[in-house]
Amino acid sequence: MNIKQAFTLALKSLMGSKMRSFLTMLGIIIGVASVIVLVSIVQGMSDEMVSTFESMGTNLISVSIRGRGGNRTVTADQMQQLVDDNPDVIGAMSPMISVAGVIIKNGDTNLDSTTCTGVNECYKDVKNSNVQAGRFLTYMDVETKQNNCVIGTYLANTLFEGENPLEQTLKINGYSFKVVGVLEEKQNGTEGSSDDTVLIPYTVAQKLARMFMVSSYNFSAASKDTVDQAMDVIDNFLLSVYSSSNAYSVYNQAEALEQVNEMTGMMTMVLVGVAGISLLVGGIGIMNIMLVSVTERTREIGIRKSLGAQPWDIMSQFVVEAITTSAIGGILGILLGIAASYATTFFDLSVLISMTAIFIAFSVSVVIGVTFGYFPAKKASRLNPIEALRYD
Amino acid sequence: MIELKDIYKIYLDGDSEIHALDGVSFQVEKGEFVAIVGSSGSGKSTCMNIIGCLDIPTSGSYYLNGTDVSTMNEKQLATIRNRELGFIFQQYNLISKLNVLENVELPLVYRGIRHDKRKEMAMAALERVGLADRHSKFPAQLSGGQQQRVSIARALAGEPPVILADEPTGALDSKTGKEVLEFLKKLNREGTTIVLITHDNSIAAQIKRVVRIQDGKIISDEVKEETYEY
Repeated sequence: MNIKQAFTLALKSLMGSKMRSFLTMLGIIIGVASVIVLVSIVQGMSDEMVSTFESMGTNLISVSIRGRGGNRTVTADQMQQLVDDNPDVIGAMSPMISVAGVIIKNGDTNLDSTTCTGVNECYKDVKNSNVQAGRFLTYMDVETKQNNCVIGTYLANTLFEGENPLEQTLKINGYSFKVVGVLEEKQNGTEGSSDDTVLIPYTVAQKLARMFMVSSYNFSAASKDTVDQAMDVIDNFLLSVYSSSNAYSVYNQAEALEQVNEMTGMMTMVLVGVAGISLLVGGIGIMNIMLVSVTERTREIGIRKSLGAQPWDIMSQFVVEAITTSAIGGILGILLGIAASYATTFFDLSVLISMTAIFIAFSVSVVIGVTFGYFPAKKASRLNPIEALRYD
Repeated sequence: MIELKDIYKIYLDGDSEIHALDGVSFQVEKGEFVAIVGSSGSGKSTCMNIIGCLDIPTSGSYYLNGTDVSTMNEKQLATIRNRELGFIFQQYNLISKLNVLENVELPLVYRGIRHDKRKEMAMAALERVGLADRHSKFPAQLSGGQQQRVSIARALAGEPPVILADEPTGALDSKTGKEVLEFLKKLNREGTTIVLITHDNSIAAQIKRVVRIQDGKIISDEVKEETYEY
């Protein structure tokens, strides 16, 4: 008996009891579908995070200062001095003050997804973000605490609906600001992206956020190759001020990216583990029904043996049946998984369907068929033909 | 053709031994039609299982077509069953979810014969039992006599030298039983060696050579000049 015959026979046997076959497959279907959906969601999430990080620039060094009480502080001027002292290593520096709970208002339009950040005039060099219209914030804006702002394309499109936003005013938490420039589009110009942003002088942001110590700075290294050196310079300076490396942290994009990848990798493992358990349960379901099927077909096995079927023939018949069950379950699971992955995009989740996940899920379901089909099949192939023929 | 020499089959039941076959020896020549007759528990079924290569004797030797099969392993026995023997059972033992043609093809499937050749051989066998037109029916759609003829076709399909019939008429009414027996006689006249197991003396009376078994021993082995039709 060859594999094709065994396969035809298996299909016939599965079609013979459709409801039972479907219920047997259900465990595999759910397991495979959940692997695909979960991996797709995590991949989509990590993809979005990576592209966000990359849009921030590759030479970027972030410094965050927690301080350690007392009167040890670092000022923006001291940080600027660091840039001026090491022009070969550090390119530019900007304080970063995020203003929380921002509501942007222009006429009747209210926006609450926008991030508002206080920066200095060097921000455009640090982040490589240029204006597409108007001008960026200037040294004078910062020094004289002007209520001027530069906005991202999302704001420009949403708040001003085709009008030229330059020289218009908008309100941030009730304070009026004049739009002096529009940034170039960095991501896709949608809500919540890095184009949904407003930049104001950090001196003004200190007022808005009621925060006088600047706890976050962004530096850019002079070039990609001086990132490590620049980090050393900043680290040495901060250590000399705080004499404890716990009081601050200095990290760059590469590290942050690594962390993101590590985190999503771990999430994937956990989720795949959970889905793997459901595949295992599905496999046990298959084994269970195969054992029932072997018992039900004891007489048939006896007949086949009396007609000269080798133990191998009987064994392959049942193993192929188990594989067919789990493989069909796997294919249905893949279809369901892809459909469900697309369905989740309605919940504003970005998904990325991974071919690897599909391939692995399918292979696993076939392996489950072999593994859990083996034991019942072995049992069938070992039946004594005389007793099997006598079985009712 | 079939040669049993001093065959013992001993089962252990707790501490006591049960001698299902107790030194059985006999021969069947090519082209013979032999009935093995005995009541239930006489050992005739064990004898049938050994002749049919479904079981091996505890001791003694069994030559089938000149090969000693009493020491063969499971795989070798399966090959012998497939190539040398055709079985006809009391309960027909057709597989209900396969149609008539597929049932008849089964032994050929296990012999590894190609699909078209297999179909041709199976149809020829169905032709011989007169059921070629029913080849796509399922066993449940046929009468008992027809089902038994399908199982005869299955036994014939691989053209084995020996056919073993285990109470072939046991489940049939006397009229169809007679037809089946006549058909077996016809096959025998065409050259097939047939060994028939029965407990029914009226069947045995119609067969030329009768071997009687009781308590695991052969008590008589006679060849009649005349057979009677009941």
